[in-house]
Amino acid sequence: MAEERRQKLCSVILPTESMKAMAESVGVGSLQEDSCLALSEEVSYRIKEIAQDALKFMHHGKRRKLTTGDIDHALKLKNVEPLYGFQSQEFIPFRFASGGGRELHFYEEKEVDLSDIINTPLPRVPLDVSLKAHWLSIDGVQPAIPENPPPVPKEQQKTDSTEPLKAVKPGQEEEGSIQTKGQGASSAEVKGKEKMRMKPRSTHELSVEQQLYYKEITEACVGSCEAKRAVCVCNKCYLFLFQVRVNVVQNNLALLIYLMRMVKALMDNPTLYLEKYLHELIPAVVTCIVSKQLCLRPDVDNHWALRDFAARLMAQSCKTFSTTTNNIQSRITKTFTKALLDDKTQWTTRYGCIAGLAELGHDVIKTLIIPRLSVEGARIKAVMDGPVVSNIDKIGADHVQSLLLKHCASVVAKTRPLPDMVDQYKVDYGYLGTMLCSHVVKARAQAAFQAQTVNRTTLTITQPRPTLSVSQSGLSTSSGSRAPSIIKVPSSLTLMSTRPGTPTQPSPPATKYIVMATSAGAASTQQVITLSSSQSGSPVTSTVPSTPTSLQPLVKLESGNTGAVSGSRPLQKYIVVSLPSSSSSLENKSSSVLPSSTSPISMESAVKLERSESPAANTQSH
Amino acid sequence: MAAVQDGPMELDTEKETKPEILSDGTSKLSGNAASGTLSSSPLTAGGAPKQEDQQTLIAVLQFLRRNKLSESVEILRREAGLEDQEDSQTLDGSGGGKGDRDGGEANSLLSRVSITSAAAPQSTLTPITVKRANEQLDVSVVLSAYSQQGDPSLYQVYYSGLKNFIESVLDCHRAELSQLFYPLFVHMYLELVYNNHENEAKAFFEKFGGDQECYYQDDLRVLCGLTKKEHLKGNEVLLDFRTSRFVLRISRDSYQLLKRHLQERHNNQIWNIIQEHLYIDIFDGMPRSKSQIDSMSGSFAGEARREVNKVKVFHGLLKEPEIEVPLDDEEDEAENEEGKPKKKKTKKDSMGSKSKKQDPNAPQQNRIPLPELKDSDKLDKIMYMKESTKRIRLGPENLPSICFYSFLNAYQGLTAVDFTDDSSLLAGGFADSTVRIWSVTPKKLRKVKSAGELNLIDKESDDVLERIMDEKTASESKILCGHSGPVYSVSFSPDRNYLLSSSEDGTVRLWSLQTFTCLVGYKGHNYPVWDTHFSPFGYYFVSGGHDRVARLWATDHYQPLRIFAGHLADVTCTRFHPNSNYVATGSTDRTIRLWDVLNGNCVRIFTGHKGPVHSLAFSPNGKFLASGSTDGRVLLWDIGHGLMIGELKGHTDTIYALKFSRDGEILASGSMDNTVRLWDSTKAFDDVETDDFTAATGHIHLPDNSQELLLGTYHSKSTPVTHLHFTRRNLLLAAGGYSSQ
Repeated sequence: MAEERRQKLCSVILPTESMKAMAESVGVGSLQEDSCLALSEEVSYRIKEIAQDALKFMHHGKRRKLTTGDIDHALKLKNVEPLYGFQSQEFIPFRFASGGGRELHFYEEKEVDLSDIINTPLPRVPLDVSLKAHWLSIDGVQPAIPENPPPVPKEQQKTDSTEPLKAVKPGQEEEGSIQTKGQGASSAEVKGKEKMRMKPRSTHELSVEQQLYYKEITEACVGSCEAKRAVCVCNKCYLFLFQVRVNVVQNNLALLIYLMRMVKALMDNPTLYLEKYLHELIPAVVTCIVSKQLCLRPDVDNHWALRDFAARLMAQSCKTFSTTTNNIQSRITKTFTKALLDDKTQWTTRYGCIAGLAELGHDVIKTLIIPRLSVEGARIKAVMDGPVVSNIDKIGADHVQSLLLKHCASVVAKTRPLPDMVDQYKVDYGYLGTMLCSHVVKARAQAAFQAQTVNRTTLTITQPRPTLSVSQSGLSTSSGSRAPSIIKVPSSLTLMSTRPGTPTQPSPPATKYIVMATSAGAASTQQVITLSSSQSGSPVTSTVPSTPTSLQPLVKLESGNTGAVSGSRPLQKYIVVSLPSSSSSLENKSSSVLPSSTSPISMESAVKLERSESPAANTQSH
Repeated sequence: MAAVQDGPMELDTEKETKPEILSDGTSKLSGNAASGTLSSSPLTAGGAPKQEDQQTLIAVLQFLRRNKLSESVEILRREAGLEDQEDSQTLDGSGGGKGDRDGGEANSLLSRVSITSAAAPQSTLTPITVKRANEQLDVSVVLSAYSQQGDPSLYQVYYSGLKNFIESVLDCHRAELSQLFYPLFVHMYLELVYNNHENEAKAFFEKFGGDQECYYQDDLRVLCGLTKKEHLKGNEVLLDFRTSRFVLRISRDSYQLLKRHLQERHNNQIWNIIQEHLYIDIFDGMPRSKSQIDSMSGSFAGEARREVNKVKVFHGLLKEPEIEVPLDDEEDEAENEEGKPKKKKTKKDSMGSKSKKQDPNAPQQNRIPLPELKDSDKLDKIMYMKESTKRIRLGPENLPSICFYSFLNAYQGLTAVDFTDDSSLLAGGFADSTVRIWSVTPKKLRKVKSAGELNLIDKESDDVLERIMDEKTASESKILCGHSGPVYSVSFSPDRNYLLSSSEDGTVRLWSLQTFTCLVGYKGHNYPVWDTHFSPFGYYFVSGGHDRVARLWATDHYQPLRIFAGHLADVTCTRFHPNSNYVATGSTDRTIRLWDVLNGNCVRIFTGHKGPVHSLAFSPNGKFLASGSTDGRVLLWDIGHGLMIGELKGHTDTIYALKFSRDGEILASGSMDNTVRLWDSTKAFDDVETDDFTAATGHIHLPDNSQELLLGTYHSKSTPVTHLHFTRRNLLLAAGGYSSQ
């Protein structure tokens, strides 16, 4: 290895073309090939020499990063005039252009309006150096204070979990005790969950200590005190499953949403070694995906969003933690498929299974969901067209249908060759064929449309992270996508799925308005129309029973009859969820109330912002 | 200014009446002793006296003469102990000599010079000799040693032939002979490059470069960039490789084996290289094992020659000056409430034991002229005594508490930190050329009033020292601006009146902590000065930099008193021995050298580090030295025997800070890997069995007990540890710049 690397080092020499380019830039027109070669060797050697000297300065500067200053100093050692004024916002400031058989890299110099510079407020003055003392160790023992790193570094956590024979830590014992209380559900993941839910509440009797502990942790997690929250993160894992159980039993949707966000936060936390707690986390998440009932009033509450979010979370954890040894992904897939294949599965669970599978990626959709389309279609048809059953079933079927269409359309659009014949679709996919066909056509059109112009119809608010992005964003393709769209209509699916995942963008934490429109109709029209129709309808607003915490998400569920939308199902939902910024943010805790008038307005502004597609969209929207 | 009193040091109670053997031998120094300081003219003294050095000297003389610098010629001649008549046998001490024996040695040395020159026509300083000597300095001629032609295509054959031979010999010899690989490889490669066989050189490098020991990686990286003859000229690193012979230590048996093989095969190419470029130090006895060799190798120019480390080093401590009785009362007053009798007893014991015993290894009290104690120094000594009675005894069961000072918002710009001995002040050097001083006690930093205001003060009043301070300037920190490049080290004077800082701009600056202004800029190093350190008695300080020399300075001389030349690469760190008679320097050439301040000689060369040495620490008793390097290892050295006695593995990145506790039981190391580690140094020193054989040969078998010696590891929060300091009560202070990312 080392040898290879060295040999590579040895052979690295600047290309002669760059010599030519440099010569041209200083006015030497034609340079012989030989001289180019000689020059490039010489220049490469000198550059290496300077880099080696610069390393010395880095070492003495007690840094790990080589800076441009180090190179300046190294040049100074060699009596070479240092370079002046290199500064770049980006790593590679060059732009590429080609034409006339020539390729050119150039430095893009933007025109800058002076008045802009003058008018922008001055940047904050950097803080002065200051000195802070703390105890690193007291009589040989490191105190657990915020100034010191967490007692168990990640590597240690890893070795601990990979070498279970080592001494059992107190936390693990605790975990064990809780598990026994919870009837060891982790072994039989989903079944255990459901079994537990069936159990009468009395079986969950807790010791007083456990109740207290649970209360403390919950308060700290859901409460407003950030400091407490930080402290209890370590303990969270142990209690997590436990909380989910309790909340599933209590059908407290809001809290479950919170807990899922907590899982998300835990996963995003780079300092935690979560592998150890996966057996705790995954059942909890799966519960939130497939549980029959998650809220008190399943007909009105938007537990679908929770399922979607949990499904995405599941997909993320599959992606990050799945290995050949634990095989999470295949196990999860098996679980979902099993539930899906079961005829008796309720709509809610069915929805969860499909969502969970769909989030796992195109391949999964292709192999597991699309073949089932006709069966599911028949089932939906039975509910829709059949005798009036409970409203709940209808809503469930409705959701399943839109979910299927949403996820399958993009995949089908990609895999299926043109042309899209409705009849053919019908043959292939049964009841859903017609709608699927129109969706696919739309998806294709939009993909093409988007490739040419800026899409004006989608409404997307780029978000720094998928908090509880209740929306069904394009995560079906890339579960790591950090820019989920908020308003999603099936027609925009392809567009979203083709969009590459954008990395997390730092943006000031603020209230986010998550607006979700789920169209139950087969062929929905342009979103803008959908929006206006929502305004016309008299919205029925219901709020989730609020818990006495300031960070409670406000979930507004507006439903109205929208006759304007063509399609067999007139029911449409607009869910406006106002969420405080992600749990990691420290500020803006109070701004969780959604002004009732904002929803149309913010949507309007969002439409505009989407066109610019600038990362600044977030900052401007409030 | 810490002025040094005229005349030899006089102690209040005890007067040293021992005959001054040393100053007898050093006529020049005793002459200078009238002024009470070391000679102020620089003296270049290499490591072991070598023939080449002498030739160099002659060349320098010739150069000076040619440029009509007759005065310098005189001085140099006198200092180097070269008489006009080279064959004259009378010597008045060579450069301040090392005693009687030294004179003899220098004699033989000179005669050797005359022998070499005798090879040339009769008269000793004929132009030819000078030309030869001059050539020795000339870069191109140095390299021309490579010009001998061999068939370039056969180099690989030669090398692999030797490789096969070495791999086929008995195990016990293989390890020893394997040492040959690296130097041979480098020299053969350079020969190829020098003779413009670029492609052969590359092929040679690719074929055998991977075989070399991993600790030569850095050098190989430099080497692989070199493919042209022209490159050789500018590259000092390789020039050094050529000019200084690579030293190998091989047992006689192994050497015979090698010799026989090469003669059988008529492998002249390799034999020539061995003869010309390598120095094989042959010893009688058992061949060394692989681990023994590995522990000592890694340096730029091979191991140290055995005879280099044979010089006697006075590593004992100087006698503590006696403190007057009335001060005792003062202390008792201060300690009124607490148990009086007990305090008194312990104090007397500690003082008594210190003053009565004379360490046989200690140097003469006035071997190096030291500044006389002022009243304030005595007060400080008393404070020190008082504090040390309250000192915690550390040990494996009793670990110190660590207080960590984080520099916030330093934006990775913190480059150096130092604490005063009494831990009241903290100085930080920054990459933005500033030095900042903080008071870590509630006492704020105040400037002295301006001259005009000082005139108005009643000089007779008791609190005049208090009155001269300007209350308006009181603040917790002060900024010192003056450098024009990153500050790479800071060092407080023991009396807390001065601060030294060294910088990339090539200067060392002396700052007053009374006025917070720069007093002197010491120019001498023309290149970045990596480190500077005050002597434990003040007045002297040492600096080392990119120009590969360490310089000894006195605060009142703007030119260096001594130039310690010998390192083959940058001098990265410098430390004074607790008795101020020696200076230790660590270098990028991966060696540590110990220099005698008196005569500028190199008295110890320690090899074994596999990366640039970035930190050094003497044990409080002066017997041991600890060194840390970029390879993340701490090595322990016995100064008296010149031996490596321990290896502490555990850090994963460069060690920038090392410090022994006040009593020497604990060694603390701080590193770039954001940890502070504590090591049981008592055990490390005790565990080593130094029988006569190991002492004689220097072949030490290191116990691999790092894990047992490691007492604690303390992680900081992404804060590399740049400095460590034990307070007088053995509380450990650590400092580093928090890097947020």
